[in-house]
Amino acid sequence: MNPFRQLLQSSLGKKYLMALTGVVLAGFVLGHMAGNVQIFLPPEYINTYGHKLQSLPGVALWGIRGFLLLCLAVHVWLAFVLTIENRLARPLRYEAEDTVEATISSRAMPYTGLILLFFIIFHILHYTVRSVYDYSNLPYDLHGEVVHDIYAMMYLGFTHWWVSIFYIIAMSLLCMHLAHGVSSMFQTMGVRNDKWRPFLNKAALAYGWIVYLGFISIPIAVLLTEYGGLPILDKEHIEATQTLAKTLTLIHP
Amino acid sequence: MNLDAKIPEGPLAEKWDNHKFRIKLVNPANRRKYRVIVVGSGLAGGSAAATLGELGYNVECFCYQDSPRRAHSIAAQGGINASKNYQNDGDSAYRLFYDTIKGGDYRSREANVYRLAQLSGNIIDQCVAQGVPFAREYGGLLANRSFGGAQVSRTFYARGQTGQQLLLGAYSALSRQIGLGQVKMHNRHEMLDLVLVDGHAKGIVTRNLVNGRIESWSADAVILATGGYSNVFFLSTNAAGCNVTAAFRAYKQGAGFANPCYTQIHPTCIPQAGDHQSKLTLMSESLRNDGRVWVPKKAEDCGKDPRKIAENERDYYLERKYPSFGNLAPRDISSRSAKEACDDGRGVGPGGRGVYLDFTDAISRLGRSTIEERYGNLFEMYERITGENAYERPMRIYPALHYTMGGLWVDYNLQSTIPGCFVLGEANYSDHGANRLGASALMQGLADGYFIIPYTIANYLAEAGAGAPSTEAREFKETESRVEEKLGLLLGINGKRSARSFHMELGKIVWEHCGMGRNAAGLQKALELIPDLKEEFWSNLKVTGKDEELNIELERAGRVADFLEFGELLVRDALDRDESCGGHFREEHQTEEGEAIRNDEKFTNVSVWEYQGEKAPPVKHKEELKFENVSLSVRSYK
Amino acid sequence: MKLKLKIWRQKSVEMEGSLVDYQLADVSPDSSFLEMLDLLNEQMISEGEEPVAFDHDCREGICGTCSLTINGIPHGPQKATTTCQLHMRHFRDGETIVIEPFRARPFPVISDLIVDRAAFDGIVQIGGFITARTGSAPDGNAIPISKGVADKSMDAAACIGCGACVAACKNASAMLFVGAKVAHLNLLPQGAAEKDRRVLSMVSQMDRAGFGNCTNFGECSAVCPKEIPLDVIAKMNRDYATASLKNIFSQVG
Repeated sequence: MNPFRQLLQSSLGKKYLMALTGVVLAGFVLGHMAGNVQIFLPPEYINTYGHKLQSLPGVALWGIRGFLLLCLAVHVWLAFVLTIENRLARPLRYEAEDTVEATISSRAMPYTGLILLFFIIFHILHYTVRSVYDYSNLPYDLHGEVVHDIYAMMYLGFTHWWVSIFYIIAMSLLCMHLAHGVSSMFQTMGVRNDKWRPFLNKAALAYGWIVYLGFISIPIAVLLTEYGGLPILDKEHIEATQTLAKTLTLIHP
Repeated sequence: MNLDAKIPEGPLAEKWDNHKFRIKLVNPANRRKYRVIVVGSGLAGGSAAATLGELGYNVECFCYQDSPRRAHSIAAQGGINASKNYQNDGDSAYRLFYDTIKGGDYRSREANVYRLAQLSGNIIDQCVAQGVPFAREYGGLLANRSFGGAQVSRTFYARGQTGQQLLLGAYSALSRQIGLGQVKMHNRHEMLDLVLVDGHAKGIVTRNLVNGRIESWSADAVILATGGYSNVFFLSTNAAGCNVTAAFRAYKQGAGFANPCYTQIHPTCIPQAGDHQSKLTLMSESLRNDGRVWVPKKAEDCGKDPRKIAENERDYYLERKYPSFGNLAPRDISSRSAKEACDDGRGVGPGGRGVYLDFTDAISRLGRSTIEERYGNLFEMYERITGENAYERPMRIYPALHYTMGGLWVDYNLQSTIPGCFVLGEANYSDHGANRLGASALMQGLADGYFIIPYTIANYLAEAGAGAPSTEAREFKETESRVEEKLGLLLGINGKRSARSFHMELGKIVWEHCGMGRNAAGLQKALELIPDLKEEFWSNLKVTGKDEELNIELERAGRVADFLEFGELLVRDALDRDESCGGHFREEHQTEEGEAIRNDEKFTNVSVWEYQGEKAPPVKHKEELKFENVSLSVRSYK
Repeated sequence: MKLKLKIWRQKSVEMEGSLVDYQLADVSPDSSFLEMLDLLNEQMISEGEEPVAFDHDCREGICGTCSLTINGIPHGPQKATTTCQLHMRHFRDGETIVIEPFRARPFPVISDLIVDRAAFDGIVQIGGFITARTGSAPDGNAIPISKGVADKSMDAAACIGCGACVAACKNASAMLFVGAKVAHLNLLPQGAAEKDRRVLSMVSQMDRAGFGNCTNFGECSAVCPKEIPLDVIAKMNRDYATASLKNIFSQVG
């Protein structure tokens, strides 16, 4: 057989791709989170950051997006294939089943993964395509240039409590997914051993929590600001946004 | 019965080389015309099948287990001897030969033993090349330990799992040949008879243990490597499935059975805890390197916590009786001394059948981590079975049946009295005489399989010419129907008792009357009890299920039926050998200190039994043993 | 001790099986699990019933013949212990014990609790060896092997081939077994010549046999009676990746 095909069709080859795409996706979520927590800085920061990304040359922007989507697609497709194969490998399940070592996060990978997939679709529709709510009319004056007001969009998005709850749940699943996945990548790529495993497991858990806390801090801050009146976010800008949003009831509850 | 041992001419050290040169070879291109059956896939069978496959013969290999990797060689713990002299302590092939002859109490064949010693080094080389992870020193060279019955350090080991690692080495070589199609492996097949055509072994009849099918297999020669018969004692260190059936059926077909009374009791086993017990577990004798054996001096101390018994209240009886060998005295001597201490009322543990093996001194001298490194897995095993921690309180040990030196008689070529039927490993009588030294069984199995049979079988094959008969031949059909008839008989008794209960009862009789100490009255008693039990077996046995399916009870019943007949042969031989030698201790023949007294005038020979049919007792033949290089002396380990 | 047993009974590979209830009294806490089953079988034979078929041989934990999934855990609850070495003192008086065969597609049930593990032999036959024809070996001390390497190799070589790793894995993956064999031989200098060829062929045979994929649960190592470390899997992953790259870009030795 063609050696390349042999590699791709082998169980290990599939796992390598799973791990490598996992590295990309895990790296992406960390970066994404780091970008998003700029919401705790004055609105200028995140809007500058967003604008810079948006104004990348088309090839680069779509290249990055395409690459990420490709990684996602491969990751999901392989998860699907591997899970089916794994089910087939034990046609008759145990009547009494018990577990000694495997963590919940490791056993739940297919489920957390599946829910995250739905989340990602929703998330893209929500904030990137913006077809769930119409956020097209949120201008921001960035040193004289009118740009999209990401700060306001994020704020408005999370004022819908069900959206926030969904995000928080999805992020806790992501945390679980990363807690197993990040350490597992090292094992799959053959760069983990018993000396390093406890450390890598902890590091993976920490990674998951950092991403988790970073992401959920935003909807929580929005909810506390919107409903609890706590002064966490930029008060002036929030008030302006709320005023603007009043005219657009569809996007603000 | 022709008992010509075919020992080659010439000085001891040159016999094997001369022989190899003189015997016939099979041309490489012609080897594929021959088919060889190997029964058993342990160290001897596995290595033979692999090597014959490598040479280009077509091999059919059979085992009753579900994989060749499971043969009971796997359970050997301590190590394998080789006269490499890597320790620079004066070892040589001659010394290993001498130790083995002496250890066997001068009841083995000089030429065979010397060849074994000569080949021992090649085995280590071969196993290292196969990837056996022997213990190493920090410099990267092979490590050695010393073992019972020797004053040099010549034992190679892989933790406490040497047998496992050597077997996996042979299994990997065998697997390679199976993968190449040179060896066809038949797992879960039990050999139930040997097929003779014109007086030559030309095939076997097996039962497929999964579907019960009776099948014939023909070949140009048959190799039996089916292990020993310790399980005649029911409780032994052998695997539950080990049996004498293949060897015994060959005996019934005319193969002489040599020295069945030579059985070895291993001194360091975990004592029996109760009647539920199905086997005894051995712990490597290497433990005696660092452990000290003792019992309380006074019988009333036996119930006490051993740690509270003062040093001067302890009897380190091996060190006391055998100052130069001490705790490393040979197996038979250590075992008997333990029995004596227990008979004296100073045994410890359940039923007073146990002695202490104490590591306190070794732990304080070497540190716990060194002891853990050396014997960690044995200590764990001990704890799993007994629930006691041997780092903190002394182990309890007691002797148990472990190995059988007797077996089918073979000549220098490892051929039995049936032409074309070769016998290897523990199944043959050859190198260990009346007592086997520690770490020698693995050596013998592998020497037979890797380095002897590939040469000697060629001589037979070249003379006999290629051409395995058809399994449609009359001889095969007759044997098949005899096998089927016997299975039908077993299934048809429909009595009340299970085969296991008969086995257990047989074991008790043989252990009681033909165990560590034997005497004429007891042996005669056993000769009355066993036939009675046999009779009850054939009238009151219950075998559930059918023939044409997986039937564990039918398997067991067939094996027990053979053990019942074989047990009688064993006792008969023990009664006939009116002397004490090695593992065979006749209480009538001992010094005042309880040492064995041999009768060299009358018994410097091999007793070979010939089957005479159901009704008549077997006839004994003798092969005289000639000692041209060593002089017979009283074995002394003082 | 009194026990309630629920034991999988299945006449043959073609027939369907089910759990059957049995009662057993007078079990000694000092007896092993298999001796407990011996007792049950004796009781059944005396009642004219067909005894329960189970695999066993050495009964000292080294041959790897015994199996059984006990209350959902292969080889039962005690760590680093085969079923034959598991003693009844680890169970409670009156306890209900569910006994099932090892379950995996490549391990078909032959009868009751006996499964066919020939798939393991198949993997070894294709590459689980060092090609060293009898008689061709150099002196045992010709190649020094550092103690650490020899020890590591021995750790992997301790595998008894019982199949508990497959039985415990939620995906019925054989990675620990194959990894152990690969690590044992690939770590040693004697095994270096065939290193790449070995791992490529063994992995593809493992896949063909229908075992599931590794998802790094660690359950295999946790139930392994010989405590084979997960390192062996990482080692195999690494060796397979290297061998595949060599296979694609140059040549495997």
